[in-house]
Amino acid sequence: MSATTDTLAHAGHAHRHDDHHHGPEKGIRRWLTTTNHKDIGTMYLVFSLIMFLIGGSMALVVRAELFVPGMQLVDPGFFNTMTTVHALIMVFGAVMPATVGLGNWMIPLQIGAPDMALPRMNNFSFWLLVAAFSLLILSLFMPGGGPASGWTLYPPLVLQTGDALPLAIFAIHLAGASSIMGAINIIVTIMNMRAPGMTLLAMPMFVWTWLITAYLLIAVMPVFAGAVTMLLTDHFFGSTFFSAAGGGDPVLYQHIFWFFGHPEVYIMILPAFGIVSEIIPTFARKKLFGYDSMVYATASIAFLSFIVWAHHMFTVGMPLAGEMFFMLATMLIAVPTGVKVFNWTATMWKGSISFEPPMLFALAFLFLFTIGGFSGLMVAIVPVDFQYHDTYFIVAHFHYVLVPGAVFAIMGAVYYWLPKWTGHMYDMKLARLHFWLSAIFVNVLFFPQHFLGLAGMPRRIPDYSTQFADWNMVSSIGGFGFGLSQLLFVYLIWRCVRGGAPASAVVWDGARSHGLEWTVPSPAPYHTFDEPPTVHGGEMHS
Amino acid sequence: MKSPKRALAGGVALLLAGAPAYAAWDLNLRVGVTPLSRDIYGLHMLILWVCVAIAVAVFAVMIYSVATFRHSKGAAPAAFDHSTAAEVIWTIIPVLILVFMAIPAARTLVAIEDSSGSELTVKVTGYQWKWQYEYVEHGVSFFSTLDRRHDVARQLASGVDPRTIDNYLLEVDNPLVVPQGVKIRVLITAADVIHAWWVPDFGMKKDAIPGFINELWFTADKAGTYRGQCAELCGRDHGFMPVVVEVVPRAEFDAWLAARKTTE
Repeated sequence: MSATTDTLAHAGHAHRHDDHHHGPEKGIRRWLTTTNHKDIGTMYLVFSLIMFLIGGSMALVVRAELFVPGMQLVDPGFFNTMTTVHALIMVFGAVMPATVGLGNWMIPLQIGAPDMALPRMNNFSFWLLVAAFSLLILSLFMPGGGPASGWTLYPPLVLQTGDALPLAIFAIHLAGASSIMGAINIIVTIMNMRAPGMTLLAMPMFVWTWLITAYLLIAVMPVFAGAVTMLLTDHFFGSTFFSAAGGGDPVLYQHIFWFFGHPEVYIMILPAFGIVSEIIPTFARKKLFGYDSMVYATASIAFLSFIVWAHHMFTVGMPLAGEMFFMLATMLIAVPTGVKVFNWTATMWKGSISFEPPMLFALAFLFLFTIGGFSGLMVAIVPVDFQYHDTYFIVAHFHYVLVPGAVFAIMGAVYYWLPKWTGHMYDMKLARLHFWLSAIFVNVLFFPQHFLGLAGMPRRIPDYSTQFADWNMVSSIGGFGFGLSQLLFVYLIWRCVRGGAPASAVVWDGARSHGLEWTVPSPAPYHTFDEPPTVHGGEMHS
Repeated sequence: MKSPKRALAGGVALLLAGAPAYAAWDLNLRVGVTPLSRDIYGLHMLILWVCVAIAVAVFAVMIYSVATFRHSKGAAPAAFDHSTAAEVIWTIIPVLILVFMAIPAARTLVAIEDSSGSELTVKVTGYQWKWQYEYVEHGVSFFSTLDRRHDVARQLASGVDPRTIDNYLLEVDNPLVVPQGVKIRVLITAADVIHAWWVPDFGMKKDAIPGFINELWFTADKAGTYRGQCAELCGRDHGFMPVVVEVVPRAEFDAWLAARKTTE
């Protein structure tokens, strides 16, 4: 480690004598060929915002059809395509790339590194993602329609997909390769390029959560790639991995899928934990409570995520012992998750809290993610899960952890670091309006779905019995309110990029001594930390 | 600022207008009509109230902190950043609560998985998009599909108002008929893709998987008609393959079965 930092310091030193501190290239070449972590981070974030709007529009098609009972707008097959592609886009195109974009921008700034360790691979992994989602969106126009089997792609149903199947699977392969490369890059950067004096247990929480997330990605993305490749050979080359007629087992796919799928859930939420652990201390003007236990809790959650997968499939007919094991292991996750929630609360306790937009989103995260955690505990209990499974209760549960959970944290991160990226303060009043509209509508949208599920409405149906009509209408109103509110977010970012009051280096009153990113000017120069800063033990984590 | 408000007001007005027509603001799980469904309901309420109690405590602390320790009120931040005692406490207490919940959950689970001593076996096969019911010991079998009137009404832009149809989408041509108060074992499989057979009032759902046979059991102790749906995405018409079960007194069931046998 020390040898590496010496080399780095030396390289930085030599560079200063080079005398050409070149900026970005001009025009489109800058974006196609860039190896700069800030450019690539920006591209990831913009890409994710576009995907968020596309995936969100698909959700609005779903909510529009469900506004009243009866079929008014779309064919049931197209409805299934919308739910399927909405999920694939939101998971792999919106949430994951947003966290990768934040990681790209902030990890080098937070550990005092000049860039990511593998800059060309960084560029490649971004552009692969563009190829992946072009394929996925093209698959919508294939004969036989887009993928319509749910994002979980369960066989045998998924094998009934038309020409969209190979496109969707290849899209997943490319997105997976992109994620693996991104993860390798992050691990190598964090392990080798920290500023002198920044020990592992002195890293900011965002860096820690991303490090653990990156290991999860490397562990499970190949598993998913394997599962979808088996689908491909079953479909085109006559293998029968998932067909009982040939000695295979359709449930085998579900086990493989969820062995990937459960860690995937944490791949989306752990960076969000890191973001919230950055924001709350800044605006409570107090150090993060229980830093060490936060790190250990994150690691425990990551470990547990590998041994709970079958709780997504309790109704497939498992042996009693299997059901018991997966129930108890799943319940255990509540313990480290509880530690995180309690520690965030303790960070605010006796702090000096102010309520700028990033803090508002972090607070909403704290309340609403916790609600998603409670419903998560409920669905872990096997006997009652037999009732909840595949109903709107599940839809409500995972949207609570993903939308006011992961997505709110990402929005909080954008509001937190946007002045650092652009050098401008944004319109605080507009940001507050965006927050309140989002926070209210997200509950109007998802809370009634708990009631629908308990009353017996299955998920993934385009039409329903009239007893479910009332709450569906409320939920759809919330959906359109939430969706339209996001246009404010886009407008606000666009305006902030174009101009605004100049931001200081520290940006936030409480950010002083809360991380290396606040020691560089705003906007952060194209090249930062050519010479590594020196960190004195334990001072830099918030 | 004005237009979202107006949209919200419009939505609320629309809701109030719609409410008397549907009048079904159901909030909670149904208690159901089997011993298992009642156990499951009890377990559901227990966990729900435990969660509510924890939520009240945790949210109270959060709200108090947000309301009290405000920069705008001149609050000075404290310097502490950990407390081993507090962290040990809020690790151990959740573990105890989990154990408290796991015990009744495990007990109910054992009962659910014990299908011994059943008096009647029905084999259920899922097809895209209908169910087949087979009374294994009696050689009676038939298909059960969405009722014709409902099928017409659910077509895209059919012009039929769903509110004019009773039990919209939850009616079939041939319901499954079972005797009241008898332990019934249901064997579940599928012929094409995975489906799931679910009747909320019986507390159970199980996947119907091609090439494999799953089982569940129920003892319905109240006569009546119970409705459910396919609960695993099975293609285009997944939303249109309801499950309808008629629970009738023993004598009535025997008469029905005898009549059914002669028509086969």
